Amino acid sequence: MFDVAEESRRSFLKHATTVTIGAFSLTILPSTLAEDEPQVTKPGQLPILGNPPAAGHGASPKPVYGFLIDTTRCTGAGKCLTACRVENKVPEGQSRTWVERYAHLKDGSVKVDLVPETGYAGSEIPPLDADDVLRAYFVPKLCNQCVEAPCNQVCPVHASIKSPEGIELIDTDRCIGCGYCVQACPYGIRFMNQDTGVADKCNWCYHRIMRNEQPACVEACPTGARVFGRLDDPESELAKRLATVPTEVLKQHLGTIPLTRYIGLCDEVT
Amino acid sequence: MDGHPLHTAPFIFPNDAHPAWSIMIVLYPYITGMVAGAFVVSSMYHVFHREALKPVAKLAVVTSLCFCACATLPLLLHLHQPQRALNVMVTPSPSSAMAGFGFIYSGYMLLLLVDVWLMFRPAIVARARSLTGRWGQLYRVLALGVLDISPGAAAIDQRLISALSVLGIPVACVLHGYVGFLFGAIKANPWWSTSLMPVIFLSSAIVSGIAVVILVYLFLCRWSGIEAEPECMRALSRLLWMFLILAVAFEGVELLHIAYEQEAEWHVIRELLGSKLRFSYGIVQILIGSLIPLLILPLPAFSHRLAARCRDSWSGVAAVLVLFQVLAMRWNVVVGGQLFSKSFRGFVDYPLTWWGREGLIAAAVVLAMPLVLLFGAMKILPVWPPGIDDHEGTIQ
Repeated sequence: MFDVAEESRRSFLKHATTVTIGAFSLTILPSTLAEDEPQVTKPGQLPILGNPPAAGHGASPKPVYGFLIDTTRCTGAGKCLTACRVENKVPEGQSRTWVERYAHLKDGSVKVDLVPETGYAGSEIPPLDADDVLRAYFVPKLCNQCVEAPCNQVCPVHASIKSPEGIELIDTDRCIGCGYCVQACPYGIRFMNQDTGVADKCNWCYHRIMRNEQPACVEACPTGARVFGRLDDPESELAKRLATVPTEVLKQHLGTIPLTRYIGLCDEVT
Repeated sequence: MDGHPLHTAPFIFPNDAHPAWSIMIVLYPYITGMVAGAFVVSSMYHVFHREALKPVAKLAVVTSLCFCACATLPLLLHLHQPQRALNVMVTPSPSSAMAGFGFIYSGYMLLLLVDVWLMFRPAIVARARSLTGRWGQLYRVLALGVLDISPGAAAIDQRLISALSVLGIPVACVLHGYVGFLFGAIKANPWWSTSLMPVIFLSSAIVSGIAVVILVYLFLCRWSGIEAEPECMRALSRLLWMFLILAVAFEGVELLHIAYEQEAEWHVIRELLGSKLRFSYGIVQILIGSLIPLLILPLPAFSHRLAARCRDSWSGVAAVLVLFQVLAMRWNVVVGGQLFSKSFRGFVDYPLTWWGREGLIAAAVVLAMPLVLLFGAMKILPVWPPGIDDHEGTIQ
């Protein structure tokens, strides 16, 4: 025989459990449904499932992109930096891409400087004394579009998304601005955009490459130090150059598997 | 960066100039830690039957609830898009450690609410029946329609409280171990990336929770003009001492490990500790916050000859120093980990400001909020003085 009070408690607990499970399922459903919904591109939004651009002879239908940085060709002109800032409306003081100058000095040390957007000519950076330097070279930095991207892994709300082409994008309508991805990127590429209040990063100018154009920095580079293209197209310049020279990636020991590869990288580059 | 033999001039990545995480992210684990720690004190009585802790058992769990209620405040103040905060629960990403926060936090909050409700149910029901007007209405709402406080019902409540207290221990460990994991799982940062981080955070969390309970208890005793129970104070001091030894040991082992291994980034961490964190790490966290309390706590913890006032003073001072230790530890992890660039060739400054959403004033308000809530809770529930439950019939 049931006690009336016990019955009321039991009934209360039953209802409370039902409400809790119901509320919990509501939190799961939208994300599950969202994966099945067709992607609709709004004006101004990145075409995440856009048609792959036409490729040269021998390319597969699904594009596989890559980026090559040839440090032996970079002259630190800084054209790529301005092009990126203008193209992507990057706020002053923040960068989607930058160029570092490494100088091996004869005393065994390494000096590192940041190349200004104007290039070295006319900048406040003192020129290196040729008598002190063994070797100097420039290293452009941009997003590595890691296959195992730590920034993507840590995003709590699916605001970091990988495009079908393997490019790491940010859904600015979902980003909560927690900054966890900024902490997780080992390369310092991500930042909290001071104008928009959401995470920002280099996306290899996804909006341009979806239109069969080159990324702004590649187009602006006067020496061909930045090469973008399809890895799966043997006719592309990228594929041809990768076939002829050994390349390396940054911070390989972290296991992020970067898609951006470098020619002439030294181990002091972080 | 003179520490590395190959580096001559500092160089930082452009986006590293401004740390992305502010003092609010320092307060988040600080407050969460107190939640877990205060609950452990309560469980010591309810689960492990440490009778000496009976005077603070209920106070500890209500304190835990008040801190828990404020644990999301610093996060909301930090988020650049706080209006989307619920996305963490609406569209959580299973791969993200941070996505678990909403669920773990909500689960723990629910557990605390039910625990407190069960503990104070007899008092709530008694007042719901006896009071009229708005106060009566409030207690009738709080009673949630369950008005039975017969001995049979009380026995069931007692069993539920015991079960929740048992469940609460692993959940508290998950809650705060998880907070440590958020940092420990970031392989990009050598100052954070260690599997010891959850354990370090958990042990220091328990330490901070015990310290808060000691201070709240001493304050309320002084405020009410009653003497703190000697056995209770001794038990709390012993607990604090024991967990402080654990916390300091874990922190020490971690640093020793990094220093002895001397991996590639050691030169950055060595310089960080020797320059940017010299005061907050060397002076506050190690000397003032760890060594001094470790030395003075055995007095109130083990001596039976100390005068009551003297014993309480030693415990109180140690608790205050320990709270500074834990705050410094959070600061040194959260802010310290952002003071060097990921180039590992240069340091940046953290601009601490008075005003603004993430300024010192806002931080002080956030820290004061749980205490304000506790004051409010004491107005509604018979949390204090300890003997009040004898008349109100609350469950021990």
